[in-house]
Amino acid sequence: MSRHFVSTQWCAAAAVSMLLGLAAFAADDRNPLAGDAKAAKAGEYEFRINCALCHGLGARGGGRGPDLTRAVKKHTHSDADMFQVISNGIPGTAMPANGTNGQGVGMTDEEIWQIITYIRSQEVKAPAKALGSANRGKVLFYGDANCSLCHMVDGKGGRLGPDLSAVGGSRTREAMIDSVRNPSRHLAWGLTESTKEFPQEYESVTVVTADGKEIKGVTLNEDSFSVQVMDTDEKIHLLEKDKLRSFQKSRQSAMPKYDADVLGDKDLEDILAYLTSAGAK
Amino acid sequence: MRTCGLLGKLSIGVLLVGSLTVAQPAGAQVTFERLLNSAKEPQNWMTYSGDYTGKRFSALDQINLTNARSLVAKWVYQTGASGKLETTPLVVDGILYATAQDDRAFALDARTGRPIWMYQRQLPGDIRPCCGRVNRGLAILGDKVFLGTLDAHVIALDVKTGNVVWDVTAADYRTGHSFTVAPLVVKNLVVIGISGGEYGVRGFIDAYDAGTGERKWRFYTVPGPGEPGHDSWEGDSWKVGGAPAWNTGTYDATTNQIFWPTGNPSPSNRGEGRAGDNLYSNSLLALNADSGKLNWYFQFTKHDEHDWDATQVPVMIDTTSDAGGKHLIAQANRNGFFYVIDRASGKLVSATAYGKTTWSDTKDAEGRPIARPEASPTLEGHTVCPGALGTTNFMAPTYDSQTGLFYVTARDQCDIFSTAPQPYEAGHAFYGSAYFPSEEARPYLGFLKAIDPATGQIKWKFQHTSPTWSGVLSTAGGLVFSGDAEGNFIAFDAASGKPLWHFQMGGAVYAAPIAFAVDGKEYVAIAAGSAVYAFGLP
Repeated sequence: MSRHFVSTQWCAAAAVSMLLGLAAFAADDRNPLAGDAKAAKAGEYEFRINCALCHGLGARGGGRGPDLTRAVKKHTHSDADMFQVISNGIPGTAMPANGTNGQGVGMTDEEIWQIITYIRSQEVKAPAKALGSANRGKVLFYGDANCSLCHMVDGKGGRLGPDLSAVGGSRTREAMIDSVRNPSRHLAWGLTESTKEFPQEYESVTVVTADGKEIKGVTLNEDSFSVQVMDTDEKIHLLEKDKLRSFQKSRQSAMPKYDADVLGDKDLEDILAYLTSAGAK
Repeated sequence: MRTCGLLGKLSIGVLLVGSLTVAQPAGAQVTFERLLNSAKEPQNWMTYSGDYTGKRFSALDQINLTNARSLVAKWVYQTGASGKLETTPLVVDGILYATAQDDRAFALDARTGRPIWMYQRQLPGDIRPCCGRVNRGLAILGDKVFLGTLDAHVIALDVKTGNVVWDVTAADYRTGHSFTVAPLVVKNLVVIGISGGEYGVRGFIDAYDAGTGERKWRFYTVPGPGEPGHDSWEGDSWKVGGAPAWNTGTYDATTNQIFWPTGNPSPSNRGEGRAGDNLYSNSLLALNADSGKLNWYFQFTKHDEHDWDATQVPVMIDTTSDAGGKHLIAQANRNGFFYVIDRASGKLVSATAYGKTTWSDTKDAEGRPIARPEASPTLEGHTVCPGALGTTNFMAPTYDSQTGLFYVTARDQCDIFSTAPQPYEAGHAFYGSAYFPSEEARPYLGFLKAIDPATGQIKWKFQHTSPTWSGVLSTAGGLVFSGDAEGNFIAFDAASGKPLWHFQMGGAVYAAPIAFAVDGKEYVAIAAGSAVYAFGLP
């Protein structure tokens, strides 16, 4: 009994101090831990657990999320913006609200401020200078490089591949180069369903229907019994698997491999400059 | 040389009941005797796994191989909850009791899905349970159902109204304790295990008096100073050693033992600082049901550094053979091996890989797979299979004595495991670094696998489109039911794995199916998305 009494008292005391602590962290528009090296170190642990999957170890970005060491960020300017984005996610993007991915434990307000402190500690102040010409890149994108046959930027272009309007702001330069040079290495993510663990990927598919017609394209979505395909003419086919003569999926991307003799380094830099300028909007 | 050849034919003592309608008025009280003899009333589903053996097998056969193709949705109940719905419903005498996220509980007319009562706990704003604000179900006894809450309370609700009858605090939620597990009623005790392996809690299994809520015993899954096993921890690491107990165990009335599995040592990704086997993390515990005293234990993964909680349901299987029957426990473990253990002694009978494993290529003298030193996480991270979410996880398996097969949802996914020093701070995530799905190991695959426990061989497998979290049910109708991440609920031929029927429920499955009957009609129910679905014949 006495132990119970003591623990109740302790709980009450802890509750009061915790509430005060939370209030101190949540009510502030400014990062209460700004510049605190110890908080930055704690934030590094939190970042590895909660952010690094998409943003990479060291916050330098990955194939799924932007490089956060860039001083200029698309969705956030102040620490308070960043707190909001981490807490609530960014609708229409893969950035989830804190604690909603169903795995891991989410973060407290204090831990979010620690992460922001860590990100600020990793920032490179001078913005990366574009190496190529955005204007020339645009000409290539819609012309000789044939990107726009399958990809769209700002509403203009093809539908078979991922829309690249935002890619320049949400992917690292290295990830974009890799996607061009080795498109099959990491297939792009497509449709994300809210209850599902993994997004659909841009897998290639070849089916032969019951009447012998061959369809080649990419999977828009798929389950064990049906598949939704966009073919190379951008027609959507809704297919029941058990009615197909054959169904072949491939992780060989429908995008051709643009190695250096197909697309030279200079041309690639110009296209990256174009995508980066489009993505900054 | 293994002894699994001794298993011979596997059988269980399920009594097949011809009539679906053992007359009980709606709301008749569930006694311990009824729970013990659940095989006599297959129309009801009165415990998490359907009976004390953990088989998740229904003796109902009205829905069967010949008519499964004609199944239709009978009703849908929308819970209004968001996130993962992991509940296993209970059904007693025409009333279905289930839970949803944020500690919702509700009772439905099992024929129509219409609610009779609803409960939702007012939770503190600063709880941080791991892996979603989930709950896996209720237990029932007498005039009460029992719920473990996300703020680490155990509560009893009036079975007819949902009103709180008693409410006791098991632990402080501020230090990362929570309950997500469906409790198990044994005699007059509500047995329940704590969650919090992500926070460095010291794990425990509790038993509460079902009438009053008074705690009758507690077994700490990390031994304290002076207790056997304490020396398996380095220094003070035992104080934050984890070993939570967040999935429902099974009960053997003949020996009065509860079999309860435990989870990862903390911090999950870092072995440095907790040298030793780290008992009783990742173990199966055989506890005396009356006292909570440990009879024996078996540790699946010693000194785990990959978050491979051994919290999968330990399924009791009995064998008959010329040499005499064996009383066994089968567990498809998160670490990728399928274990068969002698129920009397706790000795390992066999361990066979049932999915992609790269962490172990040798076994110790007892036959237990042991880790390759190179599989330990590194600072920069490297790929190990299975991933941290495991070859299987909390998804409930099933054992069907008619086919003699053990069915489990399995995942082939590998992760990059990294480790880094991390000081413990109360109430903060304590992983010792991180893991990510390994891109080089794509595509990630999901399966329903049928394993022969006598040999460990996979008799058949069905490949899902992506890894799934669905539990599995087998029935006397020759069927196995499971779901997928794409939202399908599927009936399979239990013998061949051929899908016979499916229904698109519109949300991924994280729950396990059950079967029940009302008014002589069989139903199969499962939760998906944010709703509970019941299916039956037209």
